[in-house]
Amino acid sequence: MLTEILFYAFAAVLIGAAIGVITSRNPVHSVLFLVLCFFNSAVLWLLIEAEFLAIVLVLVYVGAVMVLFLFVVMMLDINIEKLREGFVRNAPLGVLIALIVVIELYYVLWVKRLGVDVTGGVAPLPEGYSNTQAVGAVLYTEYVYPFQLAAVVLLIAIVAAISLTMRKRPGLKTQDVAAQVAVRREDRVRLVKVAPEEEK
Amino acid sequence: MLENYLPTLIFLLVAGAFGVVLLVLGWLLGPRRPTAEKASAYECGFEAFEDTRMKFDVRYYLVAILFIIFDLEIAFLFPWAVSLDVIGGFGLLSMAMFLAVLVVGFIYEWKKGALEWD
Amino acid sequence: MDNLLSLWNGLTPELQSVIVTTLQIVGVMLAVVICVAFLTLAERKVIGFMQLRHGPNRIAIFGLPFLRGVAQPFADVIKLLLKEVLVPSAADKKLFMLAPLIVLVPALAAWAVIPFSPEFVLADINAGLLYVLALTSLGVYGVILAGWAANSKYAFLGAMRSAAQMVAYEIAMGFALVGVLMAAGSLNLGDIVRSQEGGPLAWHWFWLFPLFVVYFISGVAETNRAPFDVAEGESEIVAGFHVEYSGAAFATLFALPEYANMMLVATLAALMFLGGWLSPLQGYVPDEWFLAQSSFFWLFLKVGLLLFVFLWIRATFPRYRYDQIMRLGWKVLIPVTLVWIAVEGVMVWLKIGPWAP
Repeated sequence: MLTEILFYAFAAVLIGAAIGVITSRNPVHSVLFLVLCFFNSAVLWLLIEAEFLAIVLVLVYVGAVMVLFLFVVMMLDINIEKLREGFVRNAPLGVLIALIVVIELYYVLWVKRLGVDVTGGVAPLPEGYSNTQAVGAVLYTEYVYPFQLAAVVLLIAIVAAISLTMRKRPGLKTQDVAAQVAVRREDRVRLVKVAPEEEK
Repeated sequence: MLENYLPTLIFLLVAGAFGVVLLVLGWLLGPRRPTAEKASAYECGFEAFEDTRMKFDVRYYLVAILFIIFDLEIAFLFPWAVSLDVIGGFGLLSMAMFLAVLVVGFIYEWKKGALEWD
Repeated sequence: MDNLLSLWNGLTPELQSVIVTTLQIVGVMLAVVICVAFLTLAERKVIGFMQLRHGPNRIAIFGLPFLRGVAQPFADVIKLLLKEVLVPSAADKKLFMLAPLIVLVPALAAWAVIPFSPEFVLADINAGLLYVLALTSLGVYGVILAGWAANSKYAFLGAMRSAAQMVAYEIAMGFALVGVLMAAGSLNLGDIVRSQEGGPLAWHWFWLFPLFVVYFISGVAETNRAPFDVAEGESEIVAGFHVEYSGAAFATLFALPEYANMMLVATLAALMFLGGWLSPLQGYVPDEWFLAQSSFFWLFLKVGLLLFVFLWIRATFPRYRYDQIMRLGWKVLIPVTLVWIAVEGVMVWLKIGPWAP
């Protein structure tokens, strides 16, 4: 009972926030609405007892991915008027993509409905059942190939990010800590024997 | 399981309410006498001569992207760390390979100078 | 009174438990806030004595001479509430007022999963540690938004600095937590404490010492405390992200969450590495003595010690330069944690230390 009330409340906020993402004029507000969306989706996942996934959604998407989004929209001088100009020209393409997404969603929901009773809710889990452990028990053994593939994908992401954004500015003076530590006394100090002055 | 999460939800609401009460109290109790000078952005007495929202060094994006990648890596490590006694030696090896691939990435970053900040 | 009682009995059991939980939550929250008040006092006193000054010594309770300065935090609160809340004319006003809430709510709500004693925890959830990590990762939003919404250069620079810094140290912190999980085998904070039974040498700090150090250092950096307080850096960017905030907004944005987060980091360190509520004398004195039993007081003592170290660090070290901070986070702390996770993997393999059968 309470679960259903919570579900509808959070689902309503989710849809409201999603509308906010595409209607707000300020891109920073859009990003914040998107954060709210992720938060609400996480709660919905929690309601079907997927606690590990729910919290990781917050941790990775809200805590990391959206921070990058915020960085990007805050620090690019986006001229909103200029973005508006292309609206009419690009509208047909947008409609087309929206249609494809709608069809895909319909397809996914339709397939899911085949022979699956979604009205009954989830089966209650036994006491002391840990979602995280259940994920761990299969992820690294049964699904070892996808898991290793994930590592490779992340490696590619590292290389791509660096090759796209690394710019070495020439002539910058930086501190080289290793060189500082490696310095020995002989390199810096020279002892000079000065002959005492003769008395005149 | 869900009833265990109820307190966290209530706590979020109570904490939010507490913050709102503090802000409203400050708004009610404090004076409000804004002047043009008072309400201008603080720049050590100078007139602000440029909009604040300026272009920023691309390095910040790089840091954010690398952060996402490492955060994902941590997300993969959590279930592994709590199921060590179930997955046995094979699980250990599988994680060792995963980390080895990413350590290669980390060394690449390091050698490329992506971790330098200048 | 009878009316109230009959009203109470008329409620459904679910509603009753919700009300009881809410009251407990309000209690815990007020306790945290009061501790924050006294922590600010302790900070000023401790650092004062370290610098051969007196610290606050004017505002007393009932004029008692030996309590001079004790009421200082309450005077500060009243002062802050009575100040004007300025909103810069160029600011994004909605976000400007929202940012303090985004900083404050996670800093307080994370306390929901902290087990204060063997019996008392508000939300005994399986993924407790993940929950704390997820909530603390939200704090960065408040800082970025505060800096951006104010539309002031200093605020924006401070926000960017602090965001990049929090992000770098969050990774080191996450890896350190993974090490703890490997030793404890559970994400539930209560279970993590229970896995450390058996005297001080069984606590995780012993086998995970490098991770303990890394966790504490990243905790100091995450909370933007000295010597990692370049986000404020008053000599460079006046006060960083909160330069445009005043009065109650300043208190909510900055003072309260910063100290609440400090206490949170110290509490988590005590729970994960120092055995939480477990007694350090366990096994050294007869079990039926109070000193050998697990209780809230041990946790309180350990948290107090760690907080003292926080203050001590602030009084001792000069502020890091920004490139040095990034270097320490990425090139020192992360490799240390990675190496130690590998070492732990080998220990698991060979079944030594805490993994002995």
